[in-house]
Amino acid sequence: MVLRIATAGSVDDGKSTLIGRLLHDTKTVFEDQLSAVEKASTRYGDGSLNLALLTDGLRAEREQGITIDVAYRYFATPKRTFVVADTPGHAQYTRNMVTGASASDVAIVLVDARNGLTEQTRRHLFVASLLGVKLVILAVNKMDLVDFDEATYHRIVAEATAHADALPAPVVLNALPISALLGDNVVDASTNMPWFKGLPLLDLLETIEVPGDHNVGARLSVQWVIRPYSTEHHDYRGFAGRLTGGSLAIGDLIRVLPGGQQSTVIGIDRGGVPQDTAQSGEAISVQLADDIDIGRGDVLVAVVASEAPIVTDRIIADISWMVDKPLETGSRWIIKHQTRTAKAFVSAIELRHDVATATHSPAESLTLNDLGRVHLNVSVPLVIDNYDRHRPGGAAILIDEATGMTCAALMIRDNE
Amino acid sequence: MTMIDSGTQATPAEIKQSVAELEDEAITIIREVAAECRNPVLLFSGGKDSAVLLHLAVKAFRPGSLPFPVMHVDTGHNFDEVIEYRDMLVEHYGVKLVIASVQASIDAGRAVEETGPRASRNRLQSVTLLDAIAEHKFDAAFGGGRRDEDKARAKERILSFRDHFGQWEPRAQRPEPWNMLNAKIRPGEHLRAFPLSNWTELDIWRYIGIENVALPSIYFSHRRTVVERNGMLLSVGGPVVLEAGEKAFEETVRYRTVGDASCTGAVRSTASNVNEVLVEVAAARITERGATRADDNFSDSAMEDRKREGYF
Repeated sequence: MVLRIATAGSVDDGKSTLIGRLLHDTKTVFEDQLSAVEKASTRYGDGSLNLALLTDGLRAEREQGITIDVAYRYFATPKRTFVVADTPGHAQYTRNMVTGASASDVAIVLVDARNGLTEQTRRHLFVASLLGVKLVILAVNKMDLVDFDEATYHRIVAEATAHADALPAPVVLNALPISALLGDNVVDASTNMPWFKGLPLLDLLETIEVPGDHNVGARLSVQWVIRPYSTEHHDYRGFAGRLTGGSLAIGDLIRVLPGGQQSTVIGIDRGGVPQDTAQSGEAISVQLADDIDIGRGDVLVAVVASEAPIVTDRIIADISWMVDKPLETGSRWIIKHQTRTAKAFVSAIELRHDVATATHSPAESLTLNDLGRVHLNVSVPLVIDNYDRHRPGGAAILIDEATGMTCAALMIRDNE
Repeated sequence: MTMIDSGTQATPAEIKQSVAELEDEAITIIREVAAECRNPVLLFSGGKDSAVLLHLAVKAFRPGSLPFPVMHVDTGHNFDEVIEYRDMLVEHYGVKLVIASVQASIDAGRAVEETGPRASRNRLQSVTLLDAIAEHKFDAAFGGGRRDEDKARAKERILSFRDHFGQWEPRAQRPEPWNMLNAKIRPGEHLRAFPLSNWTELDIWRYIGIENVALPSIYFSHRRTVVERNGMLLSVGGPVVLEAGEKAFEETVRYRTVGDASCTGAVRSTASNVNEVLVEVAAARITERGATRADDNFSDSAMEDRKREGYF
């Protein structure tokens, strides 16, 4: 029901204006926000209503006319509810795009019609592919500045389609010509571009169908063990966590990984309320028939799971490097995968992705905004899935032990 | 109960499902922070967001008890109804309550009272909050902040890092791909956790209706003596003193937010139950903070400035 959207574009492609336009034209903007934007438009612009100021909230952003950090916006139409992650295009551009795309169903990639496809556009398409965002909307913006020219639009779409076909994982492109500033093809169909027969952006967002997750079978990475020690619940032991990958029912056989013990589900609670079954995504706690030593980080897996996860301490993963300090072979980091935190050693940097050409080359190190592929040795076995088959089991982050900073996002592809 | 929602074609079952998904996300965040942090605390103001937060936190660990205390930063400028409500809840849930007093910070010379008829203790809360976090060695504080509340909050992480000075640095936030939470901190630093990040005001009210979350009575319509100031209705008596030329009058009102009584405004409303409030929220054309918080109307970046100083 909720559609999660990430927006991406280069500086000045008009992302914030587009989101401001969506919020404004769907009447999500409240009167006091609009009057604040009117006041700010006078201070930071030429006085005409600057819709970008609806999303550029920080003082430095308004002063410099840029977006600094990922911002989240919520709006609803009678047909659908939307969460928009607005990901800025400068300095930490890849980091922001990766963060926005990681939790999104759809990516809107903006292109300035005057500039055509830029390296940033190719980068955004590549990131969408790498992060497994299957649906991409290519919004060719600022059509008003190229006289709403049909040939310009078709040339840009053809170029983008050729690039999308060369990506490591295919993405479906939905293209449309818009003017975020004037509102053409955003909420209402453009009268300036009668040659375009497709849906305006909002109609497209309201009706686009998101492919469902693969059913790999139920997994629960234990977050916390609930032990009330009360007279009423003296023997209660609930393994709490979020169910992913499939459904689970009382009576199901489960295996505990990495240990390997088996048991039977005898109770499922969601928010303290007993239920017979649980669906993927639910925060539950599970009681088992046998008294097994299970702690945080262990994973309960349905024995009948259609695709069993892999238990390994050597992983191969695509990586987005997010900090100034470089990643080098032989370096050590903290890895967080599901609810397990461990140490990781970089045994090899296999390659650096060249996002402009969708090819790759060898690399000694990775620096800020680089995308690459690494081999890691982990201090304890992890219970992993291929990221493309099951995102929660294939996603991980690296943390710098010295600073505590989150340095990388990992998409696990394989084990060694 | 029957949920009335104007402006949406969603069925009651779909609304229940979307709120349940937000609950799953919030409970996952609460459990994760409790597991990763040594000594977390839940900030409780008595407002509806913290009421929902406490309700979720209790549910996250059932049938076990809440594994961390609840803290009220008491400005001394309270609505009586809110204090009664707080004490009732503490008793009902059997949770441990810590009170951090702004008055104590003022008495100790740590904070200086604003002066003049419009003085508020809202800003002073940051001093008291940071002192209490240091005194009790809390390493994480759960708050009820939502990204839809304010443009600075829209950039806030679910798990938000604070340095030795309790400051928020929006340019150096930790990325949260897949909403994976990194709770690693060094001594002296702490975290703020916002499990309601992705909720909207409408979601909060829907949840209150579905789950029957108890609220202070001032959230529903009642008669009150008020004064109109800067387009806001402030309750007369307590910290609000009439200025020359101002006249108090009686009005049927309710509160959309609960904060420091000196700067939290009431709105004219006859909504006396959750369903009636939902109709009002769905039709509202002014954000809840814009309508009811004098402190956020001071400047374009009032919330950003207070957050940088260590505010909730």
